[in-house]
Amino acid sequence: MLTLQFIPYKEINNLTTSGKIKKILDLVKENKIVLVEGKLRSNEEAALIERTMENVTKSFKGIELCTIKAEEDYGLISKFKAGMVSLLVGNRQGFTIIGPAAIIKEIRKDPTKVQLFTVDKIRKRRR
Amino acid sequence: MMIIRIGDFIKRVLNNIFKQKKNIKLGLYGPVNSGKTSLANKICVDWIGEEMGIVSSIPHETREIKIKEKVEIKSKKGKSISFNLVDTPGIATRIDYEDFLKHRMSVKEAKKRAKEATKGVIEAIKWLDNMDCVLVVLDSTKNPYSQVNLTILGNLQARNIPVLVIGNKVDLKKSNLKAIEDAFPQYEVIGVSALNGNNIEEFYESLFRVIK
Repeated sequence: MLTLQFIPYKEINNLTTSGKIKKILDLVKENKIVLVEGKLRSNEEAALIERTMENVTKSFKGIELCTIKAEEDYGLISKFKAGMVSLLVGNRQGFTIIGPAAIIKEIRKDPTKVQLFTVDKIRKRRR
Repeated sequence: MMIIRIGDFIKRVLNNIFKQKKNIKLGLYGPVNSGKTSLANKICVDWIGEEMGIVSSIPHETREIKIKEKVEIKSKKGKSISFNLVDTPGIATRIDYEDFLKHRMSVKEAKKRAKEATKGVIEAIKWLDNMDCVLVVLDSTKNPYSQVNLTILGNLQARNIPVLVIGNKVDLKKSNLKAIEDAFPQYEVIGVSALNGNNIEEFYESLFRVIK
């Protein structure tokens, strides 16, 4: 059974970077796939990778993550609009998926779709 | 108090100016096995006549930061630039020691390599703040929309660090440089084969546009 845990924007909005990462990693280490409303900032993504590496053990092999932006337009006006929306309601555009490497083998993303490939446990056990 | 602060500010500005002119740090970043060390070796062999590091098909061969100081390259027009080349461990979000067992390693060796690899990733991320310019080396045979690629580029953009995206392994049949260009239209993308030297002259010319 796969558990998908949703974290709404309001639940992590006021947390510090390390607070956000702790909340996410605690859930991922319980073998849950976490769906966060809003896109993590790039420094938060880097900090998440750093903290994940610090936590790698025989049983916790890391994470797979994927951030989806709602706006991919690099035009000045689009950037300004997105900035204004972020200022008013917070950066809740897009979402972030984080899953444990023990369950998610790969997250494949292209501009129009996201595919989660899970680890084939039956085949692994047979070996 | 105010005078001390102004003094510190001027000192910092001057330090930055001289640091940039004398010791430009050119970093090689990218996912695991994209060919960062192969490209570092190609640059070093071409310009200083010696290799920088060991290349291997086993993931996480480079597990610590390596620096080659004072690499000087010259353009066709006679211009020259000097930099310290910084080769970094590949960035990964997962490390499983069992993956190394497939490469005929003992359990002990695999566990040691995995431990060192995790430290290498942390070190590479910490070093982002020290870079003046970065070559993001991607494997052009692979899907460029990986989160590791996006995270590296996002962090460099947030730090205002100039970037040149390298699509490596263009000599391979599966290479798709256009996929990288389409994924990152805001960056200059150069296709090379670090191993065979394909398009390496164009790469050196593009370095002059990025390192200023």
